[in-house]
Parts: sequence; structure tokens; C-alpha cells
Amino acid sequence: MDVFHLRRLLRNKFHTIWMVVALVFSMTLPVLLAIGLYYKSSGLLMEQSLLSIIFSKDWRPLSGHFGLFPFIISSLWVTVLALIIAGPICLFSAIHLTQYAKSYVLKVMHPIIDILAGIPSVIFGVWGVVVIVPFVSQHIAPLFGKQTSGYTIMSGGIVLAVMIIPFILNILIEVFKSIPEELTEVTLSLGATRWMVVKHILMRKAFPGIVSAFGLGLSRAFGETIAVLMVVGNVTQIPRGALQPGYPLPALIANNYGEMLSIPMYDSALMLAAFILLIIVIIFNFISRMVIHRMIKIM
Amino acid sequence: MSGNSKIIIKDVNLHFGKQHVLKNVTATIPEKQITVILGPSGCGKTTLLKTMNRLTDLYPNVKIKGSIYIGDDDVLNTKKDITEIRRHMGLLSQRPYPLPMNIFNNVAYGLRISGRKSKKYLKPRVQHYLQMANLWEEVKDRLTDPASSLSIGQQQRLCLARGLSVDPDIILADEPTSALDPLSSEVIENKFIELKSQYTIVMVTHSLQQARRIADYVIFMYLGEIIEQGPADEFFNNTKQELTKKYIKGLFN
Repeated sequence: MDVFHLRRLLRNKFHTIWMVVALVFSMTLPVLLAIGLYYKSSGLLMEQSLLSIIFSKDWRPLSGHFGLFPFIISSLWVTVLALIIAGPICLFSAIHLTQYAKSYVLKVMHPIIDILAGIPSVIFGVWGVVVIVPFVSQHIAPLFGKQTSGYTIMSGGIVLAVMIIPFILNILIEVFKSIPEELTEVTLSLGATRWMVVKHILMRKAFPGIVSAFGLGLSRAFGETIAVLMVVGNVTQIPRGALQPGYPLPALIANNYGEMLSIPMYDSALMLAAFILLIIVIIFNFISRMVIHRMIKIM
Repeated sequence: MSGNSKIIIKDVNLHFGKQHVLKNVTATIPEKQITVILGPSGCGKTTLLKTMNRLTDLYPNVKIKGSIYIGDDDVLNTKKDITEIRRHMGLLSQRPYPLPMNIFNNVAYGLRISGRKSKKYLKPRVQHYLQMANLWEEVKDRLTDPASSLSIGQQQRLCLARGLSVDPDIILADEPTSALDPLSSEVIENKFIELKSQYTIVMVTHSLQQARRIADYVIFMYLGEIIEQGPADEFFNNTKQELTKKYIKGLFN
């Protein structure tokens, strides 16, 4: 074999190898991350059981009590609230944009959505503090006969909702666009109205896509830190309603890591919080995948 | 022409934006016969078909002028409810598009949305229409399976049963066999020949052989215009236009 061919062969080999390396790296990173977090939190886990930490509401780091329950519940509150607000808005926007609106509307909307997605989250946080917090305090809370500073789960939910709308909306637009137009045509030919087509056929056909869009939005919302931290109040308690302050997991980590580490086991507790955050996001993903899988089977 | 005319198309002009897709189309479609709209791809056959039940409403930037009479009613300028008019025209598309539900519900859907919802009413009818489409024997034990689990030929017959279920008097078929294997195509063709005693069938195709096999009346289109039309015998054996002769001889690109 001459040098030329040998070089070609080697090069071919080399490029295959680095692709595999890149793949292995990107695949093992999440696993390593989880292992690292678990390892770092193992100090605390040796003293107390995981379940007792997760379900304890006793957060007194100075006396060694690291109950994470209030934080987990706060996180779930803001996340679910954000999805309740953003979900229907995205769904109906996507249906309108793809089924009813003139094509130039979608052309105008696409860059707007992308810009919304690209705004740094701290800006959403500032906007929340300046606009949403006073709005909740002055307009929403009085509706329910409550008084509050406005730094509440509700404010966090609203800010988060606005932040995840572009992500969910973008996916939903693609989902509805991918449904063949002929399906609409044949359904109309059976004497259906436009709304019947949307309700009975398109929503059904799009259901797996809707679930995965919402699942992705949920994961993003769950991990979002800075914007929520700025408006949610950061009070360690189990919120009993959307108009009370809360203290979500990411905010706990961001606020305290590096500052309180002189307290024994504190860093271990924060690592455990991060680990739980990761696990919950994985569970969200897993559930949405299962729903999609089952749905595809029966369609 | 024998028999009555079912659809009368008069001076229809259709523009997609700046593109002139249908040019002064005038044609008469006989009742209870198979009319084949023939022509090379992109000549406006499908558009003409979809103009008949106003599916063209879905497309952006469409302008239509002219009239299409079905009975006394001009579909293009009607004051009647368009969903009701569409219900009288079953549509069979190029590829089967089953609804995202099970086999039974695919056929029952059209009946359900027109208000007939009881299982007792639906069951015998679903069976009847599946039998009409030669599908009953193959699916009677798996009516709750998703329609997408059927083979593509079965799916197309399911779509036929679904279209028949709302009791149309016209069947619009847009190259209904182009995605099917020869055997499934034959089933559909034979079904059409059987069904023409009850229905007016309008079928778009680019296959000359298919047109020869089943057409009673032929409309030949080229670049948005109707070049020639007439009863199949006359059309194939006594062709008048040069362009049509060329197409029939296969000297066409």
C-alpha cells in the first residue's frame, strides 16, 4: 500500500474515532453529573435517610436539620402554575397560527417567538419585579381578598409561563404543521366543521407532540433559577396557595451555595437538592415519553 | 351523452396568487357514471376536483370565478352551509388518510358528527359500509384496532367505507390508486364500477390504462385548460384534438 492510501485510511479511521469519543462524552456527561452530585451529597445521606430528608419540612441548617420538602413543593407549585398558564395559551396560539391565520402571520410570529426565547432570564426577572410583583400585589391578590407584597408563587408562575411560552409554542407549531393537510380535507368532506376537525382530529393526531412539548416546558420551568428567585419571595415554608411566597429548589441552591458552606453538611444538603432536581426532571421526561408511547400505540 | 348531468362546471377560472391554474373550465359531468379527469401532472386536475367541494377554501391567496352547479345550487356562490354541501361528496385522496382512531370509529365518525350517536344505530351501518368497501371480512374481528395498523390497500378501502358512510351522492377520487399495489388498485376500480349504479363518480388520474378500463366519460386537461371531453368511446376511438391524440399515443412530455 502506498503512502497516499495509507494516509487516507488513517484519516478515515481517525475521524470515526473522534465521532465516537464525542458521542460517548455527550452520553456519559449526564450520568457523570448524577454520580458526582450523589457522591457529593453522600455525607448527609450517611447520617439521615433520603426519604426523611425529602419529606421533612424542618429546615434548620444550624442544628443539622435539612428538610427539603418545602423547597420541592414550592418548585412544583411554580412549575405547575406556569404550565397551567402557558399550556392553553401555546396550544390555542399554535392551532390558530397553523390552521386559521394567513401565512404571513406565522412568518411575522416566528422571529418574535425566537426573540422571546433568546431574552436572558435575568431580564425576565427584572420585568417580574417591576411589573408582575406589583400587579399581583395590587390587582390579583385583592380579587381573592388577600394582602401580599406580591413576591409570591403566583408571580413566579406568571414570569415562568412567559419564559416557557416560546419553547412550547415553537414545538407545537412544528407539531401541527407536520399533520398532513389532507387529513383536514377528508374530515371536512365528511361534513365536519373547522372546529370539529381541530377538536376531534388534529388535537388527537397532535397529542403525542403536545405531551412532549408540555413535558419539555415543564422540565425547563422546573430548573429555571434566576428569574423565579427574584420574584418568588424565598421564604422557607410550604406554600398553601399561589398567593403565598415560596422557595423553589434552584433558588435555594443559587442563593446559598458558596455563602453558607461554613455550616457542616450544608454543601452536602445543597448537592442533594441539586440531585433531586435532576431526578425530578428525569421523571418528568420519562412520564411524558410513556404517555407518548401509549398514545402512538392506540392511534 | 346518456342520462342526466349531475355537475355543471361553467367558466371556472382559478388563480393561486399570480398563477392561473384553471382557465375557463367548462364541463358537464354525467349522473351515475364514472367521469375521469385525465391529464399530465400539474395540469389542474386535482384543483378542479377540490373546487367542486370547495376544499380550495383552505388554501391561501385563491381567487375563483365562475359557477359549479350541483342540482340548482351554484356551489361556488352558494348561500347554503358549505359543510352540508361537502357531506354530499365523499372524498378519496391520493394516499389513504385514516382518522387517528380505531377502525370502527373511522367509519362511525361521519355519522356521529351528524348527530347519530347510538351504538345500536351505528353498529349495523358500520358493518354495511365496510362490506360495501369489501373490507368487512378482513377487519370484523379487529374493529377496535387502530386504523393505522391496516395495510395501505386496506386503509384506502377503509377510507372508501368512511366516505360512503355519510351517504353522499357524488364520490370525488383524487388518483385513489396511485399509492396502491396492482391488486388493491383492481379492488378499488372494480368497486367503482359496481358503485356507479348508485353514485356519480369523478376520478382524477394520470393513468391512461386506468381511464380506458373504467371511464364512461373523459375530460382531458392540459395546462389548466380542458382540451377535449366526451363519452369514453368517442374520446378514445374518435379523438378530435391533435393534443389529445398525442397524449393517447403516449408521445407526451
